[in-house]
Amino acid sequence: MDTTLDKSIVNIDEMVLNMGPQHPSTHGVLRLKIHTDGEVVSKIEPIIGYLHRCFEKHCENLSYEQIVPFTDRCDYLASMHMDHAYSIAVEKLLDIELPERVEYIRVIIAELQRIASHLVAIGTFGLDVGAITPFTWTIRDRERVLDLFEALCGARLLYNYIWPGGVSHDLSPKFIQRTQEFLDYFETQIFEYNELLTGNKIFIERTADVGVMPAEVAVNFGVTGPSLRGSGVAYDLRKTQPYSIYDKFEFNVPVGEGTMGTVGDSWDRYWVRMVEMEESIKIIRQAMASLPDGDVHAAMPKKIRPAKGDVYSRYESARGDVGIYIQSNGKNVPLRLKMRSPAFCNLSVLGEIGEGWMISDVITILGSLDIVLGEIDR
Amino acid sequence: MTSIVKSIINSFQAFPIDPFLLAVLAILIPGIIIFLIMAVNALIAVYFERKVSAFMQDRLGPMEVGIFGFKGGKKFWGGIGQTFADAIKLLAKEDIIPKDADKFLMVLAPFIIFTGAFLTFVGLPISDSLVISNFNIGIFYIIAMSSVGVIGIILAGWSSNNKWSLYGAMRAAAQMISYEIPIALSLILVVLVSGHLDIHGIVQWQADNRWFILHSPFAFLGFVIYFISVVAETNRTPFDIPEAESELVAGWMTEYSGFRWALFFLSEYANMLIVAFVASIVFLGGWLSPFQLIDLPFIDILPESWLVLDGTIFGIFWLFMKAVILIFCMMWFRWTFPRLRVDQLMYVCWKIFIPFALANVILVSIWELIF
Repeated sequence: MDTTLDKSIVNIDEMVLNMGPQHPSTHGVLRLKIHTDGEVVSKIEPIIGYLHRCFEKHCENLSYEQIVPFTDRCDYLASMHMDHAYSIAVEKLLDIELPERVEYIRVIIAELQRIASHLVAIGTFGLDVGAITPFTWTIRDRERVLDLFEALCGARLLYNYIWPGGVSHDLSPKFIQRTQEFLDYFETQIFEYNELLTGNKIFIERTADVGVMPAEVAVNFGVTGPSLRGSGVAYDLRKTQPYSIYDKFEFNVPVGEGTMGTVGDSWDRYWVRMVEMEESIKIIRQAMASLPDGDVHAAMPKKIRPAKGDVYSRYESARGDVGIYIQSNGKNVPLRLKMRSPAFCNLSVLGEIGEGWMISDVITILGSLDIVLGEIDR
Repeated sequence: MTSIVKSIINSFQAFPIDPFLLAVLAILIPGIIIFLIMAVNALIAVYFERKVSAFMQDRLGPMEVGIFGFKGGKKFWGGIGQTFADAIKLLAKEDIIPKDADKFLMVLAPFIIFTGAFLTFVGLPISDSLVISNFNIGIFYIIAMSSVGVIGIILAGWSSNNKWSLYGAMRAAAQMISYEIPIALSLILVVLVSGHLDIHGIVQWQADNRWFILHSPFAFLGFVIYFISVVAETNRTPFDIPEAESELVAGWMTEYSGFRWALFFLSEYANMLIVAFVASIVFLGGWLSPFQLIDLPFIDILPESWLVLDGTIFGIFWLFMKAVILIFCMMWFRWTFPRLRVDQLMYVCWKIFIPFALANVILVSIWELIF
């Protein structure tokens, strides 16, 4: 008997599902055009641009100092990283030497920011697979980091703290004491997250072996950050091309090992973030132990007017490799500023690794890539 | 056996009253009772769930709304009026029906779901002889009526003309129909052992012997399968895939708002109460006092009636206590576990629960033959 379907009688079109921009778990205003056959997804088209704010064009009309608040608003979950990345680029362009205390403060702040950012990533990933309680727990602890930042510079989300040539406020002894207390508290909390989420059988079922991203695919798509390290590639700019003073500190680069399934699955990406928070604690402890005295502002010209030329600097943010390219023509505004967004490249791999999975898995994979639309659209 | 309907008819027999009016009364009064149970249950359970989740998530939960100026304390009673305010808000809300929706079916669907929950209460006793109507096929009736709701869910999902609703409805249909099989197979055990289909006989058997959960290891396994399956049947986490918030927005309820949505909510919490009631009645001795289980030495010292605490009035208390503990467990699951995927859910049902439940039926029969 011929069992093939007569396509002229039976209509077997795929259903096009429009997920977003107002969807609970697209992590912002991302729109996914999903072609589905039943529950199985055959094609994913991410559509971006709903949060485009002309960041790069704005920068061409702003002086170098005025750009810092705009970089804050790119990756709003890791604003300090964006400020830091930009400041490093400008300092490289000006070729100035920073006081050592500035570098230490920046490292402490950047690693605290990494913890805060990874906490959001882990919490929302829990939400994506349906666990609500881990989210409230991680947000509770992120709140304590934000309290620290508030004590430091008065802002809770968009800090404008790290400037070209220094930082806006010095660390107080009280801040250092509170940070110590937070780290002591937070180390026990990581254990609790692992108890609640990491080892949960349902969580492992939902994430292990789902959305496997082989190292080759990850490298080809330019994936960076924890998502790349989840695929087993030990590539961290803090280790491979140390900027600032990261070469002074002892820390490991965690990579995915396929503990619960295959190397490069969603669980691995989640796990890398979990371990990275512990490594950040290590770095902060070391930096605070050897924090030197000194000024927190380098001797800067009153108006930043770099000489003609260009610079490309790279920075390991919570989401991956942030590249800042600045072209200067000697004026106090950059001729061109281009930013390489890590989350943009990380999102581009979704179509490759998300196909053939179910709708629920697409949400899981998207959550494990940890994108921020503010940075993708800029 | 007496029932509420019978006692209404009997008490009005003395008066010269039109038989038609009597029939209307005999339908109306139990109807109001059931509706009150459902409404009060939803009000309390929603508040309870909010506070339980707040406790588990290190939050306070509702803290602002009081009743008649009573603001409660700082902790548990802090927002005691919140669910009342929510109920009023839902009733006063604008009722939206999408332009391309199938209006008739969309309006009909909530009532079908509500009817399913409502009718189940007819055969469900609250205590010894406190039952709306006593069937001799009680447990069969409850299984049958609790599966009416799935029709309403499919209608709701289809008529909304929304892809998320459709996905939710298809998932719900597959899930609820599948999980009815292990539920029925677990409930068959007690019928097999006690030889009764009516609920009174089942509880009477437990009073004469022991709670059914302690009947044999297989009966305990039956309880576990039943309880996990009803969590799936009531669409709660970790089996809440039909209304998976992070995937399907709100599943088959996406396009509903206001009063119709309130009906869904009412039925959802009523279903929780129903399955907890059935679990208590079938496995946990129904309205029997748990003190019967304990054979402590001081039972001889104190008067027996003190500790046994049986009877119709105490029966209400015991049955509700057992149900509340089970409902708390369901909330505990919800705020602890992630959600399963749709294929994993089907795997658990068809490849684990149904074979085990079937084996259970055979093993319990053998157990009965031997002991």
